[in-house]
Amino acid sequence: MSAPAVATPPAPLIELDGIRKSYNVGMPNEAEVLHGLSFSIGHGEFAALIGPSGSGKSTLLNIVGLLERMTAGSYRIEGDEVNGLDDTALTLRRRTTLGFVFQFHHLLPAFSALENVTLPALMREGRITPARRERARAVLAAIGLGDSMDKRPGELSGGMQQRVAIARALVLEPPLVLADEPTGNLDTASSDEVFALMRRMHAELNTSFLVVTHDPRLAARCDRVLELVDGRLVHDGAAAGPAL
Amino acid sequence: MLGFERRVATRFLREGRMQTVLIIVGVAAGVAVVAYISALITGLQRNTIEKTLGAQAHLTLSPRDDVVLAARAPASAGASELVQTQPRAQRPRSIGNWRLLVPLLEAMPEVAAVSPMVSAAGLAVRGEASKAIALVGVDLDRYDRIVSLRSKVVDGTARLGPGEGIIGRDLAEDLGVRVGDRVGIVTGGVNDSLRVTALVDLGVRELNRRTVIVPLRTAQSLVGLPGGATGLDLTLVDIWSAQTLADDLAARWPYKAESWQQANAQLVAALNAQSVSTAVIRGVVMIVVVLGIASVLVVSVVQKRREIGILRAMGATQGQVLRIFLLQGAIVGALGSALGVLLAVVLIWTFTHFVLGSDGLPLFNITLAPALALRVAAIATVCGVLAAVAPARRAAKLDPAQAIRM
Repeated sequence: MSAPAVATPPAPLIELDGIRKSYNVGMPNEAEVLHGLSFSIGHGEFAALIGPSGSGKSTLLNIVGLLERMTAGSYRIEGDEVNGLDDTALTLRRRTTLGFVFQFHHLLPAFSALENVTLPALMREGRITPARRERARAVLAAIGLGDSMDKRPGELSGGMQQRVAIARALVLEPPLVLADEPTGNLDTASSDEVFALMRRMHAELNTSFLVVTHDPRLAARCDRVLELVDGRLVHDGAAAGPAL
Repeated sequence: MLGFERRVATRFLREGRMQTVLIIVGVAAGVAVVAYISALITGLQRNTIEKTLGAQAHLTLSPRDDVVLAARAPASAGASELVQTQPRAQRPRSIGNWRLLVPLLEAMPEVAAVSPMVSAAGLAVRGEASKAIALVGVDLDRYDRIVSLRSKVVDGTARLGPGEGIIGRDLAEDLGVRVGDRVGIVTGGVNDSLRVTALVDLGVRELNRRTVIVPLRTAQSLVGLPGGATGLDLTLVDIWSAQTLADDLAARWPYKAESWQQANAQLVAALNAQSVSTAVIRGVVMIVVVLGIASVLVVSVVQKRREIGILRAMGATQGQVLRIFLLQGAIVGALGSALGVLLAVVLIWTFTHFVLGSDGLPLFNITLAPALALRVAAIATVCGVLAAVAPARRAAKLDPAQAIRM
């Protein structure tokens, strides 16, 4: 008689283990900025990454975003090790798994809001199907930009641009969105509006978010807070939870 | 195909509007210069060759020169050898078996027409006046296929019956002769007279001043070569095969074969020098075009660092970024080429309508052959792509994390 099957817990969405990052490796001025970080993020989590300037937040986000390579450690996305993949493989993985929202919006100024949002589909499939276009319109309409689809980024306010950037990051429904100071360049009202939008999208699409922020107000509204100080994780828990 | 790359490339070009317009105009100017110079030089050379070959054969076969062999004494001790010889005076001689040679030559695929001729120097006499002439005895129909003689008639009707002749326009003027008049011909010790049936303009004043064309049989009598021919004139399908064929014939048969290039060595050297100069100019212009496109795209890569970083972060591969910039080079090259060809057409039209000779006609005919226009445009487009290679590689290799931070 065979033993009853044991349900395997689902693999975390991303899993980092002993991540180290050094610059100027092998040179007299070699400096390690991340000292063996380990953490994971599951499907549907909404986490904040906080820490003072120079603590290594952006470097960590770039490594998680496959934009930078780690010096040592292991990084698995949905169970697959990505450390050591070549540039093309990393790029294709980034394309299918990740969405980005940057502090300075970083929309393409030559493209309208709608075109910016359809760009990921165009990049992936070489053309924009009517269904893709409709989906982009629906996302833009859902975030209150139904009347501004044909405007160029230069014609939109900072808050509106950031909303377009969120729409672009979410349009292909990646499992994880990485946001680097998404409200850092906005006034308080726009900041609240953009954050509320991210929370709404998280709730609607069950997309995981990792948000780098300096704003303690926003961090407090995240489900989980990772705090980085001098390249070390000093807190990983609920927003108001105790230190590690 | 390349939907993403095409869309981004065209947007990048449209975004840098002024920059794009300037470089397209720059490429157009380069292409126009190359196309115009190519058409001009081709027209000029064709015109020069047509004028030169209008009155002469592409290839001439004639008997080898008479030579005096050095006398050698039997080899023995103390015997001396006579090494100084007097060069032999050349006399008119006939090509041996020329009647058999003609059909053999005509059967060659390179040969379009063959015409036997008897040529000699002589005097044309009319009253008190006498002029040195080049006497040419030909079969009119055959000779017409060599130099299109009938098209060169300026007065009278080309006809070469017994006792008839055709003379150069200037010779007629010097002798005071008109169509229908008689002219005395003296060669060596033989005198004859002929009735002028036509005056011709052979395109070269010296030829117009000296040429007297008579029936082959008349020339044979005057020169003392009954049934003979001092040369065979050949017209070829491709004039540029003349030298090869001349070498081939000289090696095959015991005759002297002279191509039009050998007969006009200075002209050929000048044409070659002109072609080389044109090629250098075209090369330099193309290099300038390539550098122009490359410099604009290098600036564009610097200006678009952040956009490139965003695209890479969104999942654009290095290959896609590379192709975006290669496409920009191709688009600039293609648009510049199209505009440049139009500009060249305008330049050529201007040349043919406003640069006129003293007779009010265009100096010579130049046209931009579609094949030439396509070739120049294709080369410029390829140059555009090549110019974009270095900037495109630079863009593709940008570190996305760094590019976004900038």
